[in-house]
Amino acid sequence: MADSDGSSNGNFRVIGTRPVRHDGLEKVTGQALYGADYSMPGMLHGKVLRSPHAHAVIKSINVEKAVRHPGVHAVITGADFPEVKGVMAQVGELVVNTHYLSLNVMARDKVLYDGHPVAAVAATSKHVAEEALELIDVVYEVLPPVMTAEEAMRPDAPVLLPELRSRFIAHRTDPGSPEGPDQPTNVASHIQFQRGDMEAGFEAADFVVEREYTTATVHQGYIEPQNALAVHGADGHITIYCSTQGSFNVRTLTASMLELSEGMIRVVPAEIGGGFGGKTTIYLEPLAVLLSKRSGRPVKLSMSRGEVLRATGPTSGTKMRIKMGATRDGIITAAEVWLAYEAGAFPGSPFAPGAMTTLGSYKIENLKIDSFDVVVNRPKVAAYRAPGSPASAFACETALDELAEKCGLDPLELRLRNASHEGTPQPAGPPFKKIGYVETVEAIKNSEHYRSKLTGKNRGRGVASGFWFNGGLQSSATVNIHTDGSVSVVTGSVDIGGTRAAMAMVAAEVLGLDVLDVRPIVADTDASGHTDVTGGSRIALATGLAVYDAAHDAVRQLKERVAKLWEKQPDEIEFKDGVFAARANGVAPMPLKQLASRLARTGGPVTGSATVNAGAVGAVGNAFAAVCVDVEVDPDTGKVQILRASIAQDVGRAIHPSYVEGQMQGGLAQGIGWALNEEYVYDDRGTLRNAGLLDYRMPTCLDLPLLEAIVVEVPNPSHPLGVRGVGEVSIVPPMAAVANAIYRAVGVRMTELPMSPPRLLKAILRKRGDSAETQAAAAD
Amino acid sequence: MATVVIPAQLRKLTGGQDRVTASGRNIGRLIEDLDRQFPGFREQLLQDGDVKPSIAVSIDGEMGTGGVLEPVGEDSEVFFLPALGGG
Repeated sequence: MADSDGSSNGNFRVIGTRPVRHDGLEKVTGQALYGADYSMPGMLHGKVLRSPHAHAVIKSINVEKAVRHPGVHAVITGADFPEVKGVMAQVGELVVNTHYLSLNVMARDKVLYDGHPVAAVAATSKHVAEEALELIDVVYEVLPPVMTAEEAMRPDAPVLLPELRSRFIAHRTDPGSPEGPDQPTNVASHIQFQRGDMEAGFEAADFVVEREYTTATVHQGYIEPQNALAVHGADGHITIYCSTQGSFNVRTLTASMLELSEGMIRVVPAEIGGGFGGKTTIYLEPLAVLLSKRSGRPVKLSMSRGEVLRATGPTSGTKMRIKMGATRDGIITAAEVWLAYEAGAFPGSPFAPGAMTTLGSYKIENLKIDSFDVVVNRPKVAAYRAPGSPASAFACETALDELAEKCGLDPLELRLRNASHEGTPQPAGPPFKKIGYVETVEAIKNSEHYRSKLTGKNRGRGVASGFWFNGGLQSSATVNIHTDGSVSVVTGSVDIGGTRAAMAMVAAEVLGLDVLDVRPIVADTDASGHTDVTGGSRIALATGLAVYDAAHDAVRQLKERVAKLWEKQPDEIEFKDGVFAARANGVAPMPLKQLASRLARTGGPVTGSATVNAGAVGAVGNAFAAVCVDVEVDPDTGKVQILRASIAQDVGRAIHPSYVEGQMQGGLAQGIGWALNEEYVYDDRGTLRNAGLLDYRMPTCLDLPLLEAIVVEVPNPSHPLGVRGVGEVSIVPPMAAVANAIYRAVGVRMTELPMSPPRLLKAILRKRGDSAETQAAAAD
Repeated sequence: MATVVIPAQLRKLTGGQDRVTASGRNIGRLIEDLDRQFPGFREQLLQDGDVKPSIAVSIDGEMGTGGVLEPVGEDSEVFFLPALGGG
């Protein structure tokens, strides 16, 4: 484990220390440029007209008045977009149906959620643009909305997308069947993982828990709304400045939407005010490009908070059913899991990773998981920190808590008795490589928090654990040696959680430099080699690997220069802690900084470079976390106070422990918000009623105690620095941990998120035997 | 011969078998052999001559990055899985 004082860490000089981040000063002084800060001479401001209906046919759109409005330079609608074929494309970690993405960016003949774009305007000011939006006449034929997976899966449910046919789903589910029902459906996809003998497994159980769970749609809650500034040059070249987690994603997807060559587009990633997965796709970029092309001027669009909540991708609400059995001594004999994820308006929920991660922490011989991707009249979901896993973990980890109680076991002991190890098959089948699940559970079990006694009325302690993958994917890095011995590290990885500092630290470690001698640069799509999205917990792991390799490439070249100066062979040169030395005596050691000034006379500049496709590394970089939460419940109001919360997470190797702890605390905080308060509230017409942060209630610092982070380091054997991805798994366990704590506080099992005061109070009153009227009044 | 673990949705093609053997020095060749033995695999797994973007391949516990060109060993264990995305 890294030294807590941030001095040094085992054999490493820099890895494991806690230097000040390179971009910190610019950010705290307001000098850093975020997307909305960009401005251009002659720039126009764009605004988007959005559907007020959750489900409607667009009968007509008349933009004539808007076009004639003074100050308006361009108006676009769906008619201005090319028809994009429905191709499934791999874009970084995303698998995107380009047809549906295009329809999400701008509606054509149908709107499918409150906030769906139907037109956009570019004008001399955003106020003029807003006036013009008022002048656009859209005639709708309103259709009944379908708001939940449960409703959408009913045979008589209104259908969102007529091309989705049950035969297609049946074919995928049962591809050998030549015939199948061929009806319209809202179920876009289904997967199943199955092994063992379910009947025998449940027969062997002494206890069986069977429950149904519901979770609400929740948003990532990044501070900075989406924005995009496009400059369509006279020669057809396009530059886009935007807030994104993946500049190469923006380039590929925008080119696809507009049938352009990727080479015609340069994407400059601005500083990013949070993303958590929500900025791995596009919304405004194609609109800005078309408006710029139409007007001949730079065009910038920035969303309001209301637009962010109504029309960008939150994560899925779910309906889930769990049946799990265990022997008296706490061995799980069988588990059957049914998951339905709301995709929003178009297919593509995290139904697959939800199924692939749930119960991944446990060795279960008899297992059946079915998971469904269901379209509903809500915004198309986007990735959100460990997409799919938090919901399914909420269900399974609360069911496990019930099993532990029935078995009379400590809930952590039950987890340890069934824990996955190296070689345990994952739910989808492949065996785990070296993992640190047991270590995270033991870290919580041995923590001062868990060992402490919790006293007081209406107080309870809950635990839960979680599993998530690490992405690998493609990254590029360049390490430039400057004549003063300083170094710049250039990557295409947008800095969300301390990327710059981590990349600089890796380079400094290899090059034997002080971390402040290394300047990390986040480059645009023309200045960096291809680099996939900042997401999937992959940057420290995969881009870090590219930087590591690039720095070693630079060292190799520098050794050749030293050999030339000393008239020796490169293999006679040693390099340690930033100093070159010859194996044979006779020359004084030469620091890298001294050599740097002599590069011009030894062959010219030195630039190390490397690219990686780190899929294989990612596969063994699985991440696990365990959480312990203490709560106090007010039985008169249903309000839950978090008294104490701890998280232990296997991080492989913490490059910068402070940022690793920050990721752990961040995920835990978001998970607590998801557990207790956050939800999209729609009325019966499908209109979002809480499209603002006063009503969409995220936790603030007043709601949370100091979140304790316990860094567990089980090095990833496939990574030269032992790194695992750390950005996501921390959000997986909190909801179940809070639910389990509430149970111990007031004796009610919560099976629906969020466990907000009205919902919890209703459950408390139900348990107390109060009348249905009283319960209903509490829920209001 | 490599062992191929058949996902539940594709077991109809193999008559319910959850594990079959197939030969091929890479994933492309392996899928060709699977399709010869159990017609339908090619359509389920390939798009435009490569592995579908929605499908990931695990070979001996490692996620492949090479699509149809991903090497397969004589005694490899191969899984076809849904492709993943993170946040």
